[in-house]
Amino acid sequence: MADAQPLLATKEVCKTYRTADRAGRLVLDHIDFTLREGEIVAILGKSGSGKSTFLRVLAGLTPQSEGTVTYRGTPVVAPVTGVAMVFQSFALFPWLTVLGNVELGLEAQGVPREERRKRAIAAIDLIGLDGYESAYPKELSGGMRQRVGFARALVVNPDVLLLDEPFSALDVLTAETLRGDLADLWTARRVPTKGIVFVSHNIEEAVEMSDRVIVFSSDPGRIRAELPVPLPRPRDHANATFRQIVDEVYTQITTQPGREPGKRGAPAQAVGISYRLPPASIQQLMALLDTLTAAPFNGRADLPHLAEELALSVDDLFPLIETLQLMGLAQVGGGDIEATAAGRTLAEADMLKRKQLFAEHLLRAVPLIAHIRRVLDERPGHTAPSSRFLSELEDHLSEEDASEVFETVVNWARYAELFAYDYDSGVLSLENP
Amino acid sequence: MAQRWGLPVVAWPTRLRPSFWDLVALPLVVGLIALVAWASEQMSVPYTGGQEIAISLSPWKLPEYGLRTVMRMGIALLVSLIFSLVYAAVAAKSRRAEKLLIPILDILQSVPILGFLSITVTGFIALFPGSLLGYECAAIFAIFTSQAWNMTFSLYQSFLGVPQDLREAARMYHLSPWASFWQLEVPYAVPQLVWNMMMSMSGGWFFVVASEAITVADQNTTLPGIGSYIALASKQGDIAAVGYAILAMLAFILIYDQLLFRPLLAWSQRFKIEAITEGEGERAWFLTMLQRAGLFQFLAWAGDTLADFLSRTAKAAHPWKPKPARPPSPWTPWIDRVWVVCLALAAAYALYCVVFYVGTELGLDEVGHVFLLSIATFVRVSVLIALASLIWVPVGVWIGLRPPIAHRAQPIVQFLAAFPANLFFPIFVFAIRDYHLNVEIWLSVLMILGAQWYILFNVIAGTLALPTDYQYVASNLGVSRWLWWRKFILPGIFPAYVTGAITASGGAWNASIVSEVAQWGDDKFVATGVGAYIAEWTATGDFPRIVLGITMLSIFVLTFNRLFWRRLYTLAEERLRLD
Repeated sequence: MADAQPLLATKEVCKTYRTADRAGRLVLDHIDFTLREGEIVAILGKSGSGKSTFLRVLAGLTPQSEGTVTYRGTPVVAPVTGVAMVFQSFALFPWLTVLGNVELGLEAQGVPREERRKRAIAAIDLIGLDGYESAYPKELSGGMRQRVGFARALVVNPDVLLLDEPFSALDVLTAETLRGDLADLWTARRVPTKGIVFVSHNIEEAVEMSDRVIVFSSDPGRIRAELPVPLPRPRDHANATFRQIVDEVYTQITTQPGREPGKRGAPAQAVGISYRLPPASIQQLMALLDTLTAAPFNGRADLPHLAEELALSVDDLFPLIETLQLMGLAQVGGGDIEATAAGRTLAEADMLKRKQLFAEHLLRAVPLIAHIRRVLDERPGHTAPSSRFLSELEDHLSEEDASEVFETVVNWARYAELFAYDYDSGVLSLENP
Repeated sequence: MAQRWGLPVVAWPTRLRPSFWDLVALPLVVGLIALVAWASEQMSVPYTGGQEIAISLSPWKLPEYGLRTVMRMGIALLVSLIFSLVYAAVAAKSRRAEKLLIPILDILQSVPILGFLSITVTGFIALFPGSLLGYECAAIFAIFTSQAWNMTFSLYQSFLGVPQDLREAARMYHLSPWASFWQLEVPYAVPQLVWNMMMSMSGGWFFVVASEAITVADQNTTLPGIGSYIALASKQGDIAAVGYAILAMLAFILIYDQLLFRPLLAWSQRFKIEAITEGEGERAWFLTMLQRAGLFQFLAWAGDTLADFLSRTAKAAHPWKPKPARPPSPWTPWIDRVWVVCLALAAAYALYCVVFYVGTELGLDEVGHVFLLSIATFVRVSVLIALASLIWVPVGVWIGLRPPIAHRAQPIVQFLAAFPANLFFPIFVFAIRDYHLNVEIWLSVLMILGAQWYILFNVIAGTLALPTDYQYVASNLGVSRWLWWRKFILPGIFPAYVTGAITASGGAWNASIVSEVAQWGDDKFVATGVGAYIAEWTATGDFPRIVLGITMLSIFVLTFNRLFWRRLYTLAEERLRLD
């Protein structure tokens, strides 16, 4: 198989989004990727790592800025026949019945009516939706809707299936069932699909489903690591190799670029004023720190265990971990997280003391907060318009990211009582009513 | 197409089997075809300007007149629909066309509807010399202008709002732009569109009375219709005839409601993205008939087969290849700039033409005079909206807090909004004459008669939407009456109220032309205002003054909307939304 032509391949693909000041923000940075026949590849990364954008580039929905994308050797410039996609939000047409939705792709290809119906019903049966043909999507549960999404994709007999977080809008149990059914179809070769690319934010799910896990780093999205999963299906989550791979993926995702994984005790990395601060909620941050420092973890935890204990998805967990690292409250390495002395002190403090300590850490570790505070201190009225700082941020970030970072900063500063922000007038001030 | 949009899929043999509904369906269809044929024949009879068309005040002529009016309304609605689809699609697809089309639409919306009639009628008559058709077209055009703009806006906004994931799915499954227009964009827009069609129809009824009496160069032509009937009744001071007309109008609005809007509304539910909420899932008997009668099943099946055949033939003849999505070329910003400059030049030239045209006949003092008149109308509109709010907000809240009453009240209020308030004009004029009431004050009331219902309607809807949890919290905290209004109800219903008030204010401005001048028998009452100015000069056909009046009115409406309502709306959207 190694010599066969890859199903999908990208070479040096870059994607830049234009920002307000025309500087352009790099979202994907020189991605080389191949999907070979008979393979399921999972793409993992934090939010903002461009993994969904990458999938859209593969699909021909979004044009890449540089580099090439090929499907069986021919360049992809628009959606090609032979590649189908399943969406996180299902993307079903609410005014079409299940049958109508499944027939949609065939209709667009000009398949005659009788054949269309026959194939659609076959696909509906295959995915376990028989009996629901005349139902409308809004009558169905989330799991059933995603089955329609799969049927719609499979009915066109695609070579390649692109899945954009297909299970993340479903509850745990439903997702597991659907995942199992899909894996069964795949291993029993009951679908003509020859390869699957699969974007996920759930590490265990990715390791369970795929033959290869590709980890993206954020800002810009780059391929960080590629880990093969040489396990037979069905896979047992408790299997030692399985656990090891999961740990490895956690390690890859949580270590900052430029720092070697496993080197614990290195000082928190200094960040610039326009650093894309993770949108961490204070409540969750404190809960995480409390759980980490209390029994049974006692200050040191295996990340997968901690995630399970707190019932947090990676998209929620990673911003928290990054924030803890940023402020020197915890260190991460080898798939483990360990509270620092400062972190332990903070966790033991009472509510008022906590705020005080948190404020100190913010002023020290977050240059943007220190900067705002300095400006407010210097100004005679101790007030400043938010637009001033937002435009500073927008020099480096997209408008959307800038306002998200600003929101995060205001949130943290409000908790720490470093400065106040009046939403109505958009004014930052030192007053605290 | 019909099956694709949801008529149930049944195999061919069962379709042929007639059902009970066919007993109703068959006579209805045959009757409808006959009526349409008769009415269209009547529309194109030979006619030369100045000839008198006799209108009889006999109540037995009302069904005939009503039918002619209904026919005009129907055609206007159809034309509005086609216009809206094309205009909104172009505006939504082309960034450059959008720059031109959307501001134009914004202005068209604020031009008083009767202004279109006075300006365009000569052109239509010239189109069909020696036939009544020209006059019919002018009347239909006037109704069209009262219906089209909000439908176009709603379509445009819906087209822009199509969820990204559905767009991606359509591209991923290779729907051609044509197919995705009909299968994605139009269906997505249907619920909003149907709602706006209902609103448009209400507006249309209001202006139908005015649009059927056409004045060209001092020659009056009254097209046979309910509007002309009412006009004549007012002129002759026949109160019984006005009563008949009100009854007839009631019947026709009910028929339109039952045969067109109830079914459309019930049908449009399926196009909503979110799940159906309680009370919306009501069925309409007419829709049930359409879906169950074998006759329609057959028609739907035949139409669908034909559509399928056509689309596949077209596909075979012109296979569609997805176009590569290219990154924007470096020239794009430059072409954009050139385009903007071209638009600005064209606008400047148009402005020059208007100023030149009006300026040759009228001086600055006339402009000043019209400006003052507009201020009078402006004050009138503002005071009326404030008064209507004071009355209808408490009533609306009272009704809204009692869901069982609200559900019964809603269709009634909707109906009141659709009912042409100008039918009551004679009664007011009657009162003004007999009790020597102040013309400036009591004629103003006519402006708000039709528009006020939008406030009530929206306040009821807004109150209904307030989560019951909030009400519990408010009563749990034992807040006082005044505090309850100030902190809970008023902020809670504010977004809904603003939407209603915007519609009401637009309606009042539009109604000013109709309502600042009123006639009953030989008594004529004129209030001071730009509406009366336009109405009076339209009667004599003084074009520079009509243009001046209409321009001034449009500028006032635009400014008022920009400076006041739009800001209020943004505030409501940003701050007081419940999510």
